[in-house]
Amino acid sequence: MANSRYSIFSVIREAFNGHAGWTPTWRDAAPKPDYDIVIIGGGGHGLATAYYLAKNFGQARIAVVEKGWIGGGNVGRNTTIVRSNYMLPGNIPFYETSMKLWEGLEQDINYNAMISQRGVLNLYHSDAQRDAYARRGNALRLHDVDCELLDQAAVRKMLPFLDFENARFPIQGGLIQRRGGTVRHDAVAWGYARAADLRGVDIIQNCEVTAFRREGNRVTGIETTRGFIGAKKIGMAVAGHSSRVAAMAGLKLPIESHALQAFVSESIKPFIDGVVTFGAGHFYISQSDKGGLVFGGDIDGYNSYAQRGNLPVVEDVCEGGMALMPRIGRVRLLRQWGGIMDMSMDGSPIIDHTPIDGLYINAGWCYGGFKATPASGLCFAHLIARDEPHPVAGAYRLDRFRTGHAIDEKGQGPFPNLH
Amino acid sequence: MRITCPHCGNRSLDEFLYYGDATVTRPRAMEGGQASASAMGDFYEYTYQRNNVTGDHQELWYHSAGCHVWLVVTRNLTTHAILSVAAARDVALARASAAATSAPGDA
Repeated sequence: MANSRYSIFSVIREAFNGHAGWTPTWRDAAPKPDYDIVIIGGGGHGLATAYYLAKNFGQARIAVVEKGWIGGGNVGRNTTIVRSNYMLPGNIPFYETSMKLWEGLEQDINYNAMISQRGVLNLYHSDAQRDAYARRGNALRLHDVDCELLDQAAVRKMLPFLDFENARFPIQGGLIQRRGGTVRHDAVAWGYARAADLRGVDIIQNCEVTAFRREGNRVTGIETTRGFIGAKKIGMAVAGHSSRVAAMAGLKLPIESHALQAFVSESIKPFIDGVVTFGAGHFYISQSDKGGLVFGGDIDGYNSYAQRGNLPVVEDVCEGGMALMPRIGRVRLLRQWGGIMDMSMDGSPIIDHTPIDGLYINAGWCYGGFKATPASGLCFAHLIARDEPHPVAGAYRLDRFRTGHAIDEKGQGPFPNLH
Repeated sequence: MRITCPHCGNRSLDEFLYYGDATVTRPRAMEGGQASASAMGDFYEYTYQRNNVTGDHQELWYHSAGCHVWLVVTRNLTTHAILSVAAARDVALARASAAATSAPGDA
């Protein structure tokens, strides 16, 4: 653990030292025979869980096992948007907890995650949609979450180049959350990995879980490609592949795996200040600090583990972009890629015990998991350390579909294509 | 991904709608004129729980912008390769006759 604290002084010192003194951001740990707690999945959620277990809940002897490398999964594939503008009581306090953790994250983990509260603007295109947004805004304000309903004149002032007079979907205004914005996604993984490592967490890369070992109804460890690792408690944070890992423990989940595509354009000069979403289709866009337009839309809509999508969704996303801001039509697409999402049956996540003692699950993030990273880690750590749900994650039960307590933010019923 | 419809030939993906796992069947709510005792559990399983397998997957597709046929497509979920396409009606009839000959009453 040779890491020193990052600061302006360490940067200046290394500038005069030819940058020869930087040490690896975290140790490349080899697995020990056993741990108190093993987290499966070294993505944002798994690393955050390990960090909060060590920091907030005084746990020691923790390992994170990752089948690939840190930052190579969905934490490095998303469109980096953070916000807390949900509507239902089961969701708002959770996502607002996450937003507050984002606001203090860089100081907390001593890592520059480029957190930029540049605002998230959801546009509305009809009277009915305005009323729905006003309702969501009121729900947010009742929970002390910031948001503001803007009329067309206010949106025009912010983004004069939008197609306000679009024949089919004229822009009437928008709901803005000014505290929302973007965060450098892979810096979140690196920062949490470093902060967890500094607290003694072993981060074990290239270590794929192949089976669970059990005694009676209790887990005792995992078989991996790097040998057996014993554990008193095991947390799964492998969204995208939750069903596959859970199946090793004999569990069936209310989840389908689908591909979501994301896109980035060539770099252009500063153009879009915040995050903007099209309300009449599914299109969201922001501009990265490198100048690329980062955007996306719907999932492809069929089961997939392929980490890539197909052309109809590419066309649909680009059509949404053209309907919203025709001037992006001459910008060239630089890259497009896919990630595998845990699509749950109500669009909301799961942070809960499993029916197996000592085995916990964090899953079902659909395509909104990145913004939840800090709160997901905090709540999963709370659950694992204390064996009871964190107060703001109390609704995310695994059996909520059986008991009739689905959290259907979109109000569309049991289909794996929400959020 | 393109799907070869048995009636229309090789067509673009955006002519089709996806309906998921073709290996599950809707449970019966009634058995012999009585409400089935296991209906609640059966419908919970059918509505919410998913096998979510990887590898080869049998799935239902509907040719909505074509001939409106329901298809059972076998597709590999890690390569997206389409291995076979059959009319859902033929698949269902074959399953029913296989069930009838192997284990009567165990459909």
